[in-house]
Amino acid sequence: MKAAVVEWGPYLVLILVGFLPNELWRAVGLLTARGLSEDSELVIWSRTVATALLAGVIAKLILFSSGELANIPVAVRIAAAACAFATYLTINRSVFAGVIAGEVALLLGGFLFAH
Amino acid sequence: MSTASMAFSKSLSAYFAGIKSALLSVFSIVLMGTYVGMGALAHDVGLSSGWLAVSTVLVWAAPAQLIMISGFGTGATLFEVALAVTLSATRLFPMVVALLPLLRVPGTRIRDMLLPTHFTSISMWVESLRLLPTVAREHRIAFCNGLSSGYMGTAVTFGFVGYYLAAGLPPLLAGVLLFLTPMSFFLSTVRNARMMIDKLSLVLGLILGPLLAYWEVQLDLMWTGIIGGSVAYAVHRVREATQ
Repeated sequence: MKAAVVEWGPYLVLILVGFLPNELWRAVGLLTARGLSEDSELVIWSRTVATALLAGVIAKLILFSSGELANIPVAVRIAAAACAFATYLTINRSVFAGVIAGEVALLLGGFLFAH
Repeated sequence: MSTASMAFSKSLSAYFAGIKSALLSVFSIVLMGTYVGMGALAHDVGLSSGWLAVSTVLVWAAPAQLIMISGFGTGATLFEVALAVTLSATRLFPMVVALLPLLRVPGTRIRDMLLPTHFTSISMWVESLRLLPTVAREHRIAFCNGLSSGYMGTAVTFGFVGYYLAAGLPPLLAGVLLFLTPMSFFLSTVRNARMMIDKLSLVLGLILGPLLAYWEVQLDLMWTGIIGGSVAYAVHRVREATQ
């Protein structure tokens, strides 16, 4: 990448390896969605696929963390997520309260158990 | 006021209602955390802050940006980075297909859909699916564009903040910032999953995602989506047929 950036400049590289390969899937989605109604079977199936995929991303981010989050033990991360979920259910289904509770639990657990 | 200008002013207020929803939602805090981290990373690999802002506007997908920016720091080839970016972006396809039909009214042209298509990202998708049913159909595109402008503005701004703060985040705080993303996605997806079909997709994805990753299946996330989503969809069809 470094040589290409020097040769072509960072903005051309951004278009080639960032914008185009990413935008491709949005464009394919735009063409596929033409003429489909929101309760058509393909649209419902797309919603379930997107939801399952997103759930997979979430679980991987918690279990196989990278960066500084990886230094906090996985048991602490799971406990913090459970804490967030319990708080969300208890306090009026508030995402905000749940996220705060999860973060506080992670901070405490990380403070006590971080490697 | 003429009918046309009244329609315009209603669209404009829907646009601003979208911006307001974005700034008040938990995702703006998540984007702050994510893009502070992204800014610090861009600084560390020697990119300019202007480049980061342009990449946020053009790519508008944190995973793809992470792959690209970390690619600058490694010996990866252009092709390898482009491939990794396009694989991470496959999730955008079902999201766009599920979103656009909610925005359409008779007479909507494809060019009206270009901006919402480009703006589609996890935060915008999750919030749109939750909020759009409360918005009048003819104002949904404007609302969606407002929502996304709010998110994108937040991301660009905090990219700069992270870039200039770069060094000096304590490690535990950096970990807490990184945890914002999975926590907020998790709880807001739970909140959105009101119907059995969505709950089942969510649970299957939570189980399959790490399992396939642990087994080192190629394209694990794509298969998580296709298998988990299709099983949930099949169960939904069988239940409908038997009721």
